[in-house]
Amino acid sequence: MTNDLNFEAWSCPLPLRDHPNILLGHGGGGQLSADLVKHLFLPAFGDDALDRLGDSSVVELAGGRIAVSTDSFVVRPLFFPGGDIGELAVNGTVNDLAMSGARPLYLTAGFILEEGLPLTQLGRIAESMAAAARAAGVRLVAGDTKVVDRGHGDGVFINTAGLGLLPPGVDIGPQRARPGDAVLLSGTLGDHGMAVMSVREGLQFESPIVSDTAPLNGLVAALLAAAPDVHVLRDPTRGGLASTLNEIAQAARVGVALDERAIPVNPAVQSACELLGMDPLYVANEGKLVAFVPAAQADAALAALRAHPLGARAALIGRVVAEHPGLVTARTGIGGTRVVDMQIGEQLPRIC
Amino acid sequence: MKYLDEFRDPAAAQALFQEIARTARRPWVMMEVCGGQTHSIIRNGIDQLLPPTVELIHGPGCPVCVTPLEMIDKALAIAARPGVIFCSFGDMLRVPGSAGDLFGVKSEGGDVRIVYSPLDAVKIARDNPHKEVVFFGIGFETTAPANAMAVVQARQLGLKNFSMLVSHVLVPPAIEAIMSSRHNRVQAFLAAGHVCSVMGYWQYGPLAEKYHVPIVVTGFEPLDVLEGIRRAVKQLEEGRAEVENAYPRAVRYEGNQPAQKMLAEVFTVTDRTWRGIGVIPASGWALSEAYAEFDAARRFTVEAIRTQESPLCHSGEVLQGLLKPNQCPAFGKECTPQKPLGATMVSSEGACAAYYRYGRFAMPESLQPLAPA
Repeated sequence: MTNDLNFEAWSCPLPLRDHPNILLGHGGGGQLSADLVKHLFLPAFGDDALDRLGDSSVVELAGGRIAVSTDSFVVRPLFFPGGDIGELAVNGTVNDLAMSGARPLYLTAGFILEEGLPLTQLGRIAESMAAAARAAGVRLVAGDTKVVDRGHGDGVFINTAGLGLLPPGVDIGPQRARPGDAVLLSGTLGDHGMAVMSVREGLQFESPIVSDTAPLNGLVAALLAAAPDVHVLRDPTRGGLASTLNEIAQAARVGVALDERAIPVNPAVQSACELLGMDPLYVANEGKLVAFVPAAQADAALAALRAHPLGARAALIGRVVAEHPGLVTARTGIGGTRVVDMQIGEQLPRIC
Repeated sequence: MKYLDEFRDPAAAQALFQEIARTARRPWVMMEVCGGQTHSIIRNGIDQLLPPTVELIHGPGCPVCVTPLEMIDKALAIAARPGVIFCSFGDMLRVPGSAGDLFGVKSEGGDVRIVYSPLDAVKIARDNPHKEVVFFGIGFETTAPANAMAVVQARQLGLKNFSMLVSHVLVPPAIEAIMSSRHNRVQAFLAAGHVCSVMGYWQYGPLAEKYHVPIVVTGFEPLDVLEGIRRAVKQLEEGRAEVENAYPRAVRYEGNQPAQKMLAEVFTVTDRTWRGIGVIPASGWALSEAYAEFDAARRFTVEAIRTQESPLCHSGEVLQGLLKPNQCPAFGKECTPQKPLGATMVSSEGACAAYYRYGRFAMPESLQPLAPA
């Protein structure tokens, strides 16, 4: 099918034509990923449900509304401080569903296993998935296994699908952000990304950084009970908070103005980021959500988040503004202003 | 965070801004040499908060940006060879050569790896005796000691499969080149603190004297940068042209002597082309004769390279401080971080990328790229 693609006719001239092959950055959750979806997948699939570009899609079925989501997990190493690929797969899928306001119910899991993988490792991953499913209150109801030749996989790849039920009246989506909305963040930024990076080859930090992987459906339920008119919910995974907020700003044609000083970051994560020249705003999270809430419900929403164990460090980090639509800005620590742009490819450590 | 938070204190920053505004009675133009400082200035919005009397020009101190095109093309050719593991710092991978970048080579099957230290590349060479491991040794004096140490270690380990493609550049000759340009507008320099932590600042006295230009060794946190600016303004107002150290917690006059000794053994001074600027005499380091066996440029013969820069790219003028990034006609249009025409749009320390990333908001509507509808 590749031969049929007309690269010249793509609606946006940049930047894919200059990369005839898939780059790692196409999976980085930033601009390259967004371009791939927008210019390759959406035109090919052409379904209204996809056009909303949410973490999960909402479809009507038998008189009700169902949230559907799918996700793939290719993390290396398979086991990292604070979690493993199995727990991540369950929580990630649960969170994609929860971000549409749905109550997650059923998951499926497909395993692509590399020849030679120790069974004990797979056993640990399966048990970890079962425990995560119990904790999130979802059931794993279908599965599949394929094995590929040694060298053709990275131990274990997991693909999931998730189904959830949308309560009547809930309407959450990126295009609903409105000027005046409060932007709430449920906790510290960057823990997952730096935890995984810290155990990759060649990087060792003295104090361990632990992944924040967690199921957010309970936190979302508490939030919706206190603030029923939540406009937008997203979990800032790959590409970090910066990419998530840019997507929302562009989808709703609004601006987002952050206060950098209000954004919570664990000191160990901050130190690791300083060391590598990275910005926590661009580092992945697996147990945090960002909520856009009408100003009138902001206090109640923040209190509800903080009352939940997964939201203890929740904070009001900014506001939606009518100015500079499509752009995210931040007031810096010393009172200046900067633009928080979308991540381009992968975040790269700086030279010096 | 200790050692950082105290240098980001908003109240102290305000006090420095006010003092700078009080001190600067006439308009002054100063250049921060280092890309790390440019990054900090734009990242924190320092340039927006300075009085209109102080103009900052962003210097050529981004190692990624000034690495010559020919060297990038050489790297691309070597990295594409079978049997080669090509190791590089991360932000070199996106820098455009005449055709493509290292990410592209990687996607086409080249074994290109991001390392965090050149010593990691030595380890890779030790672990892969049947592969040729090449490290892209670029940077200013700051990264040079680690690169030199990698070559020294490779020799100690008896590694025959490790080599380095060296394109080091040096700060003092660049300052000299800027000051002797007839287009020069720079009246004072903020010298790069990290470079000086290695080299000291004994080299700068003759420059300050010859060109009657204040040179202030400056750090990278907001208060460090502001203190550097404050001292430079004070010197200018008082008609002085001295070398001052505003970063004493990291920099001593003599610098790191053991590092300098090793650098003198491993490297030799050479003329160097700076991307966008041209050849600056005696402005770079290459491997010395004693370590020539580790020189990737000698080990791999690369066929005659015909380099071609984009005709739209004005990065040379940006690097010389003649043009602000947003004054380039291609800025934010043909040239963005996703599709950089020049290296200054690639590295997070590059002036164009820093402007695009952190400064787009403040720019005229006509220069802002359209968000997807």
